[in-house]
Amino acid sequence: MDIASKVISALAERRGSDPKEINNDTTFAELALDSLDVAEMVMDLEDAFNVTIDITKVKGTVGDLIEVIKEAQEA
Amino acid sequence: MSLEQKTALVTGGSRGIGREIALSLADNCAQVAILYAGRKDAADETVRELEKKNVKAMAVQCDVSDDAAVQAAFKQVKDAFGPIDILVNNAGITKDMLTLRMSAEDFAKVIAVNLNGAFHTIKACYRDFLKLGWGRILNISSVSGLMGNPGQANYASSKAGLIGLTKTVARELANRGVTVNAICPGFIETDMTGAMNEEVLSKAVAAVPMSRLGTPKDIAKAAAFLCSEDAGYITGAVLQVDGGMYM
Repeated sequence: MDIASKVISALAERRGSDPKEINNDTTFAELALDSLDVAEMVMDLEDAFNVTIDITKVKGTVGDLIEVIKEAQEA
Repeated sequence: MSLEQKTALVTGGSRGIGREIALSLADNCAQVAILYAGRKDAADETVRELEKKNVKAMAVQCDVSDDAAVQAAFKQVKDAFGPIDILVNNAGITKDMLTLRMSAEDFAKVIAVNLNGAFHTIKACYRDFLKLGWGRILNISSVSGLMGNPGQANYASSKAGLIGLTKTVARELANRGVTVNAICPGFIETDMTGAMNEEVLSKAVAAVPMSRLGTPKDIAKAAAFLCSEDAGYITGAVLQVDGGMYM
């Protein structure tokens, strides 16, 4: 599973929603995730991908989060 | 109020109020780590007292004003005891002087230890608390932070700042099973009050409606309660333990 699919699947699991309803443009607000929810997500994803994610770079959308993880993996 | 299986960390835990809080938490079966600034002999003695209560205990030297040192000390504790469930920020210093004559360095140093130190330790636990979905943070503030006190611009500011920090983190973590509270001790029997002359001491006691100094135990009992499961619906609270000094 690629990074995007893993992130979307993790988000869907957290929200109890269908992964098909989540794409790069989906905002955290649309998923009803507050800043602490996002922080928790980031922590889980850090463990899953074994990377350190700069949470300040994670802006408002799922696509932003995926990009930051990709950057962290390449670093 | 059993805290069995819980790990507590108390900063400034080798002497005075911090030591008494550490002992009180140990009475409730928590494993206890203390951070101390310089007095290794006192820290070792406190660890021995804690171990007499049949709990695991350890002491780590740490200047809490140094963020990197705090992260390293917490790693040492977590490697030994696992995640920290209970954090008590008690470490504090004073450098009293009338504002007119207080140096900028002395102002900054007291803020760095008393306020920045608590920020550093909270950051070091924050992630664990989120993962555990349970946690207790207790910040030891002071009635000086509520009332002000001549000669303590630095100390009173740091203690008032701790109340703002307490309420902010309490709001951030309120729906994650983590409570964050502050205790404001009043005039407590310590080495410092022991060295005061009778006249100064009696004037101080006159300002306390209960007409006596508090003891470290008075603080520790309140602290143990706020760190317990029983206090699970109390967060963002500022509890004065001061014999009615501030009301």
